[in-house]
Amino acid sequence: MKGGAHAAERHDSALRHVTGGAAYIDDLPEPPGTLHAALILSPIAHGRIAMLDLGAARTAPGVVAVLGPHDIPGRNDVAAIGKDEPLFAEGRVYFAGQPLAMVLADTLDRARAAAALARIEIVAEPAILSIDAALAAETWVQAPARLARGDAPAALARAPHRLTGEFRCGGQEHFYLEGQIAFALPGEDGDMLVHSSTQHPTEVQHICARLLGCDFNRITATVRRLGGGFGGKESNASWVAGAAALGAGHTGRPVKLRLPREIDMVATGKRHGFLYRYEVGFDDEGRVLALDAMLAADAGWSLDLTPGVVTRALTHIDNAYFIPHLRAVGYACRTNLQSNTAFRGFGGPQGVLVMEDAIDRMAAHLGRNADALRALNFYARGRDTTPYGQPVTENHLPRVWAEARQLGEVERRRAEIAAFNATSPILKRGLGVFPLKFGISFNSPHMNQAGALVHVYTDGSIRLAHGGTEMGQGLFVKVAQVVAEVFQVDLDRIRPAATSTADVPNTSPTAASTGSDLNGGAAFEAARELKRRMTAYAAEHFGAAEADVVFADNQVRIAAPGSNQVLSFGELAQLCWLGRVSLSATGYYRTPGIHWDPATMQGRPFFYYSFGASVAEVAIDTLTGENRVLRADLVQDCGRSLNPAIDLGQIEGAFVQGQGWLTCEELWWDDRGRLRTVGPSTYKIPGSRDVPPVLNVRLLENAPAEVATVFRSKAVGEPPLMLATAVWTALRDAIAACRQAPGPIRLDAPATPERVLAAVRARQAKS
Amino acid sequence: MSISVSMTVNGKAVSGKVEARTLLVQFLRENLSMTGTHVGCDTSQCGACVVHVDGQSVKSCTMLAVQAEGAKVMTIEGLAPSADKLHPMQEAFRDNHALQCGFCTPGMVMSAVDMVKRHNYQLDEATVRRELEGNLCRCTGYHNIVKAILAAAPAMKAAGV
Repeated sequence: MKGGAHAAERHDSALRHVTGGAAYIDDLPEPPGTLHAALILSPIAHGRIAMLDLGAARTAPGVVAVLGPHDIPGRNDVAAIGKDEPLFAEGRVYFAGQPLAMVLADTLDRARAAAALARIEIVAEPAILSIDAALAAETWVQAPARLARGDAPAALARAPHRLTGEFRCGGQEHFYLEGQIAFALPGEDGDMLVHSSTQHPTEVQHICARLLGCDFNRITATVRRLGGGFGGKESNASWVAGAAALGAGHTGRPVKLRLPREIDMVATGKRHGFLYRYEVGFDDEGRVLALDAMLAADAGWSLDLTPGVVTRALTHIDNAYFIPHLRAVGYACRTNLQSNTAFRGFGGPQGVLVMEDAIDRMAAHLGRNADALRALNFYARGRDTTPYGQPVTENHLPRVWAEARQLGEVERRRAEIAAFNATSPILKRGLGVFPLKFGISFNSPHMNQAGALVHVYTDGSIRLAHGGTEMGQGLFVKVAQVVAEVFQVDLDRIRPAATSTADVPNTSPTAASTGSDLNGGAAFEAARELKRRMTAYAAEHFGAAEADVVFADNQVRIAAPGSNQVLSFGELAQLCWLGRVSLSATGYYRTPGIHWDPATMQGRPFFYYSFGASVAEVAIDTLTGENRVLRADLVQDCGRSLNPAIDLGQIEGAFVQGQGWLTCEELWWDDRGRLRTVGPSTYKIPGSRDVPPVLNVRLLENAPAEVATVFRSKAVGEPPLMLATAVWTALRDAIAACRQAPGPIRLDAPATPERVLAAVRARQAKS
Repeated sequence: MSISVSMTVNGKAVSGKVEARTLLVQFLRENLSMTGTHVGCDTSQCGACVVHVDGQSVKSCTMLAVQAEGAKVMTIEGLAPSADKLHPMQEAFRDNHALQCGFCTPGMVMSAVDMVKRHNYQLDEATVRRELEGNLCRCTGYHNIVKAILAAAPAMKAAGV
C-alpha cells in the first residue's frame, strides 16, 4: 500500500494548486442574480453616531439593498465567546474600521462605489489607543488573570540578585494571501448554504443563525480549502460569513462578500501586542528563584478570543524553565483598536519572550554565558512541575537543545562571530539560541473534541469527512493517511471531502495545533469501527476467526487453516453490502486526561508538550539598524511524524512567520487610531530575500509521543513559530557586541531597523 | 461604456466586452471564468496574479484588459503541455512541497518559468531569491519554492520549454 501513516506524501491538493484547478471561494461559479457586498466602515476610533445617511448609496446604480443594524432579523451580535459584539455598530463606534452597514449591488465595483457614498457623522470622543492608556484608565475586556505559585514577593526579597525589565512586542497582521470571503446561497424555506473561508465552520453556522434568528439546522457552513488562515479566520471569518448570510436572507439572492485587502486589514483583528514588566530573582549560579511579572495585552475593543490568548501567554511564561515562585498577572486591555484575536501560537509566542529577556539580563549581570543559564534553568527531575500544576513529563529539552546546538555548530560559530566583531566596527553579528516547550490542547478542555464521518463505497473507494479545515497545513492528507493506515489501502483510494457542518456537527475550530490530533483521532475511530464491521462479516462469511481476517496491501486475506481466500478491499466492501452491513460510520475523539480550573489557573490543560530548539545568526548594520538573518538551525519534536514532508514545511513556514512578527512586521496607527499599514506596501511580511539563506531543519528522531496520540505523532502547527525567538535573541547579541562591557539590552519587537538602531545608540551611549 | 477586446489566451482566440478600467485579471477571471489566476493584495505587490503576456511575466492586476489587445496571454491553466503532463516547473513545485495553501502558487509558478527563461536556465540560489521578491508567500517561508525553481531549471532546459 502507498501512503499510510508516517509517509512523506504530497499535499492532497498539490496537483490542483500547480495547475490552477484548486477552487477557492472567489473561484466558485456565481449563479445568476448573485449580489456583491461592500462594507461601510467607521472612520473614527470612538464616538457617537450622529448620522448615517445611506440615501445616496441606496439610489446608486446597481444597488439592491443597503443593510444596517435594524435590518438584522435575529440578534446583532457576532461575538465568539462573549456577547454584544455587533455586526453593525449601533449608536456608538469603538474602533476606526468598525462596520456600520453593507451595500449589496449587482457588481462588486458598483457595491464598492455605492459604499463610498455613505454620509457618516460621528461625534468623536476620547479614545484609548495604547496599552499604556488602557492600563492607566484600567479599562479591561475581562478581569485580570493571575497565575501564581509559592510566594514570589518573599522569594524575591530573599534572592541574592534581583533585576527588573520592561519591553514590548507588537501585534501581527495575519496576511493570509486569500482575504476574508464568504458566499451565501439561499435555499428553500430559510435554508442557507454558506461557503466561508473559515477555520471554524460551526461558529459560522451559529453566527449566521444568530443574525438570521433561525435554528442552526437551517445553515450549512462549508469550506474545501482556505488560502491561509493562521488564526485570522477563526473568529473573524464568522462575522464576514454572517454579513453575507444576512444579505442573502434579506434579498433571497446569493451574496458574496470579499473584503479587499485594505478593508480586511482595517476591519479585522490581529495578534495581540503586549507590554511586559517583570522582576526576576536569582542566585549566584544564575538559577531563577522567583519571577513577578505583568503582561498587558492589547485586546482591542472587544472580548473576541482574548481570554484564551491571555491564558496561553500566562501558561507559557515559564517556557522551558522551572520557576519555583511565580506571580504573573495578565491584563486584557480594552482599547479603541481592532479586536485582536487568534494568531498561530495564541499568546504562547508572547508568553515565552519574558524569560528570554530575563535570562539575557541575568547573564549580563553575572557575567555568565546566557546559553549556560538557559540550560541550568530547564525543567528537570525534581524541578518538573509547571506553575499551573502540570508535570513536565517526556522532557525532550536536553535532547533538542543539544541537537540544535550541534546542528548550528554553536561553539565554533560563537568564536567565529567574536573574531568577526572584533575587527568589524560597522557590521556586527550575533547568535541566539532558544529552547521551547509548548503545551498542546485547547486551554478550554471542552474544545478538545472532534468528529469524523467515513463512508466505504462498494468499489472500495472511501469518502472521508471530518471537522478540521484545510488551510494549507496538510491536515487533509495527514488524516487521509490515518484512514489509509487503518484499512491498509492506498492513499489515493481516499477522497477528502470539503469540511461541512452537514457532515460533522458541533466541531471545534481548526486551531491550537490540534487539527491532526483531534480529527485524525476521530477519523481513526470511524475507520476502525468500519474495519471491525467488515472483519466480523468476512469472518462469518468465510467461516474463519476474526483474528484470521487480515487487511494488508489493498487486500483482505482470510488466513484460516485450509482457506487461502484473498479479496480486494473493494470486493469485501461489495460483499459486506450484499450481506447488509453498514459501510458508513462516525468517529468521535476527545482528548483524555485534561482538566483546567480557569479561576485558580491550575490543572492539566495540555495532553502533552511539544519541544523544540533553534539557533539563529544575524548581522546588523550599526549605522542604519538594517539587519538580516544569515542562518537558522531548527530541531522540532513532532513525535512520530504523520508526514515528515508536511511537517518540515510547517516548521519552515512557521519560523519565517515568527521571524516576521519579531523583525519586519510593524502595525502602525496614527494618533487618531487609524491603521495606516493597510497593504503589503506598508506592512512588510517576509519576502524571499528576508528569510535565512541557510535554513537547516530537523525533526527530532526516535521520539514517538509518550501519550497515545494518533500513531504517536505530535502537533506541529504553532510550536515552530516560536523558534524564531532565537532571531530576537541574536539581534540583542549583535547589539551587545557594539560595546565591550556587560549591560542590559532593551529591544522591543518588531526589531525594525529603527528599533535596532535606537538600541545600538543606547548601547554606545553608555560607553 | 464597453469596449471590445480580443486576445489569445492559452492558445485560444478569445474576445469580450470590457470597461476601459477592467483589469486583465478581471477579464480572465470574470469574463473567461479562468480562476486559476488569483487576486491576493489588490495593489500589485503579492504576485498571486502573475500571467505571461507575449512571453513576459506580468502582474495581471496591474494591466488593463485593453492593454492586452492582440496579445498572447498564458495563464497557469495553459502552462501544462497536456492534460496528463505537467510543465517541469509545476512538477517541481509539486514534488518539492513548494506549496501549502496554494493561493500564491499559480503566480509563483508563472514568475518562476519566466525567471528561468530570462536567465537562460542558469540560476543560482541568490538569483532566485532576488527574482522572487515580487511574489509573496505567507505559508512556506520560500525555502521549498527556491528549491523547486532550482530543480526545475535544468528540467526545463532538458525538456526544451
